[in-house]
Amino acid sequence: MTVTTAAQAAYIVSALLFILSLAGLSKHETARSGVVMGISGMAVALAATIALASQSISGTGAALLAAAMLIGALIGLWRARIVEMTAMPELIALLHSFVGLAAVLVGWNGYLEVADHSGEDGGLTGTLLGIHHAEVFIGVFIGGVTFTGSIVAFLKLSARIKSSPLMLPGRNALNLGALLAFAVLTVVFVMEPHIGLLVAVTALALALGWHLVASIGGGDMPVVVSMLNSYSGWAAAASGFLLDNDLLIVTGALVGSSGAYLSYIMCQAMNRSFLSVIAGGFGVEAPAAASDAEQGEHREVTAEETAELLREASSVIITPGYGMAVAQAQQRVADLTRALREQGVDVRFGIHPVAGRLPGHMNVLLAEANVPYDIVLEMDEINDDFAATSVVLVIGANDTVNPAALEDANSPIAGMPVLRVWEAENVIVFKRSMATGYAGVQNPLFFRENSRMLFGDARARVDDIVNALSAARV
Amino acid sequence: MVQRLGVVAESATGETRVAATPDTVRRLISLGYDVLVESGAGQRSDFADELYAQAGAKIGSREDAWRSDVVLKVDPPAPEEVGLLRDDATLIGLIGPALRPELVETLTQRSITVLAMDAVPRISRAQSLDVLSSMANIAGYRAVIEAAHRFGRFFTGQVTAAGKVPPAKVLVAGAGVAGLAAIGAAKGLGAVVRATDPRPEVADQVRSLGGDFLAVEVEQEASADGYAKATSEDYDRRAAEIYAEQAAEVDIVITTALIPGRPAPRLLTAEHVASMRPGSVIVDMAAAQGGNVAGSVAGEVVVTDNGVTIIGYTDLPGRLPAQASQLYGTNIVNLMKLLTPGKDGQVVLDFDDVVQRSMTVVRAGEKTWPPPPVQVSAAPAAQPKPAEGATPTAESKRKQPMPQSRKLALGGLVALGLFLLTAVSPSQLAGNFTVFVLAIVIGYYVIGSVHHALHTPLMSVTNAISGIIVVGALLQIGHGNTVVTVLSFAAVLLASINIFGGFAVTRRMLGMFSKD
Repeated sequence: MTVTTAAQAAYIVSALLFILSLAGLSKHETARSGVVMGISGMAVALAATIALASQSISGTGAALLAAAMLIGALIGLWRARIVEMTAMPELIALLHSFVGLAAVLVGWNGYLEVADHSGEDGGLTGTLLGIHHAEVFIGVFIGGVTFTGSIVAFLKLSARIKSSPLMLPGRNALNLGALLAFAVLTVVFVMEPHIGLLVAVTALALALGWHLVASIGGGDMPVVVSMLNSYSGWAAAASGFLLDNDLLIVTGALVGSSGAYLSYIMCQAMNRSFLSVIAGGFGVEAPAAASDAEQGEHREVTAEETAELLREASSVIITPGYGMAVAQAQQRVADLTRALREQGVDVRFGIHPVAGRLPGHMNVLLAEANVPYDIVLEMDEINDDFAATSVVLVIGANDTVNPAALEDANSPIAGMPVLRVWEAENVIVFKRSMATGYAGVQNPLFFRENSRMLFGDARARVDDIVNALSAARV
Repeated sequence: MVQRLGVVAESATGETRVAATPDTVRRLISLGYDVLVESGAGQRSDFADELYAQAGAKIGSREDAWRSDVVLKVDPPAPEEVGLLRDDATLIGLIGPALRPELVETLTQRSITVLAMDAVPRISRAQSLDVLSSMANIAGYRAVIEAAHRFGRFFTGQVTAAGKVPPAKVLVAGAGVAGLAAIGAAKGLGAVVRATDPRPEVADQVRSLGGDFLAVEVEQEASADGYAKATSEDYDRRAAEIYAEQAAEVDIVITTALIPGRPAPRLLTAEHVASMRPGSVIVDMAAAQGGNVAGSVAGEVVVTDNGVTIIGYTDLPGRLPAQASQLYGTNIVNLMKLLTPGKDGQVVLDFDDVVQRSMTVVRAGEKTWPPPPVQVSAAPAAQPKPAEGATPTAESKRKQPMPQSRKLALGGLVALGLFLLTAVSPSQLAGNFTVFVLAIVIGYYVIGSVHHALHTPLMSVTNAISGIIVVGALLQIGHGNTVVTVLSFAAVLLASINIFGGFAVTRRMLGMFSKD
């Protein structure tokens, strides 16, 4: 047994541990042990790699390696400890960009190392060299797109730049042109490797990643983030091909297909095709529909009246959306839930798959606020129960509760599965104003007989309700 | 100036209710009003003056109460009481404008505003002030209690050491609010309950309370205003047959059939009553409007020659005075909320609001009865159905799944591409491809079973493990070439952030998920 074969064996073990880790995450009960598997897998892989590297590494190299890992670990742990749960989408996007950048760097190194050794005996020749060059190119390209795409997603999610889609003329042609240019550059590079071409393809990838995400609006971010998750996996897999490392390939493929699957679920939840999301810009097909400003009269309600309604209710469903995260209202919503449950009111949550800016984002926010996960249900589990519900509180959601999606065939969101909140006896909509949601579609829910609007900051309003509830008890 | 609400004692004989309870007084005061309660007004509902005083009301004389800005009342006022009202006052109570034209005339003589609590339109928004519903609910419950009181046997079936007792059979005619309450109460006592109603759409409501719905299978139009309508001849014939069958079989009959503005329909004829077993009980809840049952007398209990008891009480809600007052008082509070948009103790009557418009009988001395009709859009059957295939419905805009043949073709194409790619590539690459493809398939199936709620932790874990790219960078660091070392240093650093940050944040998140 040599160090190399031992490392290969260790890689298989760690690949298995990664698979078990993802499998463990499928249920709440096993999720924690899943993470432990993942960590052990990573520890095995790192130990094996360091052992492998220590055979040939110089002293300075070892010191640099230790320093890099230490700094990275410290930054990572620090960010993980202080990140707000509402800022999870930003953090995840940023982490994707790191993988992308790392893939670009690894790709460049792959080229430089081979260029160094090309004259020697151990160097690659013939077809293998060609394949190697193609792998470098593909790895750098995917990594570059992931990097800038994630950076733009991060900037949009953290509101550092405007989240509205960038509408360049002929943006689809630009994207396709970039892909075509990449193909041409790859062929040229394989035949005639030159560092200038590598620089060119890197720049091309960075520009494409930027444009790709810049032209997608804020509400489609769940798809974008999971798509970038997928890309970061493919980037890792491409590096695996480049380095002939099966562990990298396996892990990259796992992450890649995981992200792709999540994107698929998100697209289904919006009844849109993946391509139309990537092509960007919601409602481009039917912008006229967005202009029916008023569809009727809405009725307002005060926090005190809402409290009274809730007190007399037998069952309550809360449907949160991104607005709840923006207003940082999850803690107050949890307080309200507790207060109502103490009074014997059955409170549950209905989560639309695309609520929030990240798949599963609402669940994490509610978990942080100590809402038991068994009363947080997904759309399919709860949709039939609305008819038997006394009060529905819509907090910061709009398009995901829009009846037009089911009733108006001409609506831009027609066919999108939505939470059927309007079937309940009373619907209270928390909203800052009568403005439309992300899709820019007017919501007829607001004008229904059984709907009331509670205007203002969601956090302050929920607070008022909790106070009104406790005041009424003394 | 804050307006004063006066709660007056009821003068009608036998009336036990009061228009406000200490609880509702508190809520009226929170709307900004002063409340004055006539001394002794709540006595017959067991609400003493002190309780009202504790709730923040003033206690005053009959004259004080009647001279308030707004007078809250249950029964229609006696003519001399109308004289007690001051000019520009508002009177709220059960006026019954359709049944008492002469009272409406008397009220119109004065420069006052009158709102009839019994004229609330049947729309869902107005349900919270619908007195007819809340009183009917109480009456339906009480009807069962009265019947049980007169009935010589158990309601529930039992098997005892002293022999088997069959359950009582109860027929409820009319499944409106009162009928449904009666069904629920009778079922709760253990009886076998059947119900009839000309509106087939109430069948589900009957069943939800545990009753059997006896359908009268005749064409009937859907109800447009939420109330039952007069029935067709065909229907009546078929219904009569059902009643004839049931009368001979059941022990208790509770009739609730009322048609607004008309005498009550006759459901049980003298022959039906004669066919019932001795000891059976009939409660005719429509006795005041002429009765559903032949031989019923309003306000009285009659025993027929064959031993059937017919109860014709007209004050069923008043027989639960505390409950009736509480619900009536809550209806009043909800009306006052509607009338007090500013919560400043000022009544503002909005004639654009269909609820307020419908209830107003007299406005500032001017007769506003009858109101324009309100169409309740609650009848889904009335909507014209679009012709089949004429317009696409929203549901049909859902994406169609890919047809099977295309799926197969696509799969075949992918397999072929993979075959060609692997066949021409050197063995090392072929091995890599094998691993790659298998890993994708495993990934797809593993991720497919992940719970929705765990998608965020899943993403952060995949983030962490995609930091595995560090392996590549680790093997490149420190091999002489400075540029390579610098680049791989950066790559190791970035990937380490991912690995440690990703796992740490996942653990933090999962730690937050807790079960009840």
